[in-house]
Order: sequence, then structure tokens, then C-alpha cells
Amino acid sequence: MLSQAIKPHAMQVKGSAKMHRFANPTRFLRLVSAIKPWATGVCLLTFAAGLYFALFASPPDYQQRETVRIMYVHVPAAWMAMFCYAALAAASASALIWRHLVADMVARATAPIGAAFTLLALATGSLWGKPMWGTWWVWDARLTSVLILFFLYLGYIVLNGAFDDASRGARAASILAVVGAINIPIIKFSVDWWNTLHQPASVVKLDGPAIHMSMLTPLLLMAIAYTSFYIWILAIRVRAEINTSKIRALQIRRVTASDVPWNDS
Amino acid sequence: MAPFLALLKRDLKLAARHGLDSFMVVAFFVLVVTLFPLAVGPEQAILGRIGSGMIWVAALLSSMLSMDRLFQQDYEDGSLDLLVLSPMALELLVLAKTLAHWISTGLPLIIASPLLGVLMNVSSAGYGTVILSLALGTPILSLVGSIGAALSLGARRGGVLISLLILPLLIPVLVFGVSAVETGLADLPSRSEFLILGAMLLVALALVPYAVAAALRQALE
Repeated sequence: MLSQAIKPHAMQVKGSAKMHRFANPTRFLRLVSAIKPWATGVCLLTFAAGLYFALFASPPDYQQRETVRIMYVHVPAAWMAMFCYAALAAASASALIWRHLVADMVARATAPIGAAFTLLALATGSLWGKPMWGTWWVWDARLTSVLILFFLYLGYIVLNGAFDDASRGARAASILAVVGAINIPIIKFSVDWWNTLHQPASVVKLDGPAIHMSMLTPLLLMAIAYTSFYIWILAIRVRAEINTSKIRALQIRRVTASDVPWNDS
Repeated sequence: MAPFLALLKRDLKLAARHGLDSFMVVAFFVLVVTLFPLAVGPEQAILGRIGSGMIWVAALLSSMLSMDRLFQQDYEDGSLDLLVLSPMALELLVLAKTLAHWISTGLPLIIASPLLGVLMNVSSAGYGTVILSLALGTPILSLVGSIGAALSLGARRGGVLISLLILPLLIPVLVFGVSAVETGLADLPSRSEFLILGAMLLVALALVPYAVAAALRQALE
């Protein structure tokens, strides 16, 4: 009777074991160390190639002239801003559901990277907007929702550090990240829903990209470079997180083991 | 349903006994709006143009102001522990507390808004839409604000933190609330804006209690 009651649960655990394999920090650390050199190499190579194509080997736009080159920095940054938030929300959700230590660390490590990408997208967009739209900033739907995204990142980072108990901060911030995920579809579709200054998507479309090969090549190269850059930095940050928690555990063990005045009886 | 009503009654009674709190929110609301003519200049045409937006921003800020005491007192004196332990679903209890908060702070704002409309030279045809948009909007402010209140329980610098967490999420409410009033003032059909506001209220009503309950559970763990 008892074994029957336990069995389905045991099967469930076995089924999801593959997915939970990397919840173990040490195992995850091994995975990270294996991936990191590849990410570094891909990032450096595609960055060099992408920048060469973006700055020298691609034609200027017939309307935007040379300023079109800002796009090769701007568009991948905006993609990564959203991608990082999606990763942050997904990691936060799995941290809330399965209490994975590693998911928490990935979320915490992702937030500053995503905030940096968002800031880069906003700044380069502003630089492009001045010659093209004649203004540094307009309050249109896409720009405003990306600015909101930036504040969501900031809120996540601040809430994470606002508690004396770090694990409480992590959990509260995870809930905020999941709630804030509602902004991602708003950003994606804001240019379709509202008729605004910002142009609609031209690369990821059902009927194929509406952009010439000579411009698509550097754009995609830069997208790969940004993504591998994210993985590279994430690997460094997660490793630092894991090592920090190891050091903290060691310190606590040393304090409790050593002869402190109040337990030397 | 009895625990829901009991909690609602208790919170309303507490709010009534501390009547000064509700009054303070309204006073802050009026004061913030008063600052704008002083800063922008008293030209009637400009005030009439920006009046509805000012009223909305002031309502947003003053409802944030009162947010930090939504769970804080119960958290400190331990009654929040009892609420979490009670057999009633925590999501419903959260809804009762939020409703009480809205009645004690949101409703006075709505009642005060026509007065501010007069002060800000909003044309009298706009009072109805201002009231209706605030009636649909302020419950969303209370609901989404309660997420921030629950998340920042026990944090350092609680009050400022709530605003930082919640204001970004409330921007769509502000945008549609103001545009509902503006289109109404311009004699255009503002039905779609009101429908979107209503939709946001329904979505918040359905989803927010789960987020708040999760946040409260982790705060008391």
C-alpha cells in the first residue's frame, strides 16, 4: 500500500531528473567551465567579423546613409535586452517552483547584463534618433516600454539587495521578475499595436526578412556575437556567485568550529 | 465568504479609527496638483490642457504613498501569520485587504477629483470621464501596488522601494487612464480606452492575488 502511494512520485522524480541534473552547483560549474572557452572564442570571432562587415563591408542605406551602421549595434542590443529578461523570468520561475540554487544564481547574474544591454539599446537608439527623427527621444510606445524594461531590471537588482537575508531578497526579486514578464509581449508588439515612429520588425517575419543580404549578414553576425558575449559573461558571473557562496559557507564553518568566547566550555 | 467579509470589516474599521491616514492621502493628492499651477504658471488654457494628466499622476503618487502600510502593520504585530495560517485561501484574504485599502484611499481620491478638475480648469464635460477613468484605474493601482507592498515586507527602505518596483508596471494604466479622459474631452469616442482599462482591471483582479499570496508566503517563511 505504502509502496503504491510512493511509486508515482518516485517515477515523477526520475522523469524530471534529467532536467534537474544541473541544479547541483558543482555539476553546473563543470558545464559552465566547458562552455566558457567556446563562448569566448565565438564571441571574439563574430564580433571582429561583424564589426568589419558592419563598418566597412556593407553599403550605406539609400535614405539613412552612414547612420544605418548604428543599427548593427542597436538592434542586437535590443534583442538581447528582451532575451535577457526572458531568461531572467524563466530562471526566476524555476527558482520559485523547484527552489533551484543555480536558477537563482543565473537570474541574479543575468540582471545586470540585461540592464546593460537595455541601456546600450536606449543610448544607441537615441544617437540614431537625433539625425533621423530630429530628436534624442520621443515618447512612443516602443521607446517607453524599453525604458520600463530598464526600470524593471533596476527594480529587480534593488529588491535583490534590499534584505539582510540574501535568500529572501532572491525570492522576492524572483516574484517581481515573473510579474514583470508581462512587459515582454508589450515591447514586442508595441510597434504593431500602436502606430508610432519606431519602425516595425523587418528581420523576424513570417514571409522572410525584408532586408538585403548585405545588411542582414553583419546584423546576424552581431546578434551571434552579442548572444555569445552574454553566455561568456554569464559564465564568469555564475562562477563568481558559486565561489562566493562556497567561501561564505567555509567562513561560517570556521567561525562555528573555532574557539569563540561564548562556546569554549 | 464570512472570513472575507470579516477581514474587510476589520480593515475598514482600522482605517476609520485612523481616519487621519485617509485624510492625509487626499491632502497629498490635492497638494501635488496644487504644485503644478505654481510650477507651470497659472494660464487657464495650459492648465485645462494638462489638468487631467496632472490629476492622474497625483492619484498614482498618492496611492503609492499609502501602499506601504497595507501589510506592514499586520506583519509587525503578527496578525499576518494568522491570516496565512487560516483555512481561508490566502488569495481571497489578499483581495479583501486590497479592497479595504481601495475603499479607504482610492475612493476618497475619486470623490476629490472633480474639485481638482475645477481648480485645474478642466472643462466641466470632462468630470464624468475623469471620475469614470479613476473608478476603473484606482483599483488597479491598489491591486498592483499590493504586490510591491508584499514584496518589500521587511526590506530596508520599504517605502521608496515600493515606488521603484511598482511605478514601471503602472505606466500602461496611467497612459490609458489619461487618454480616456483626453479623447472624451476632445469629443471623440473614448469607449475603447475605457474597455482597455476595464480589461486591465479584470486581468489584475484575476492574477494579482496569486502573486501577492506567493510574496506573503515567502515573506513569512
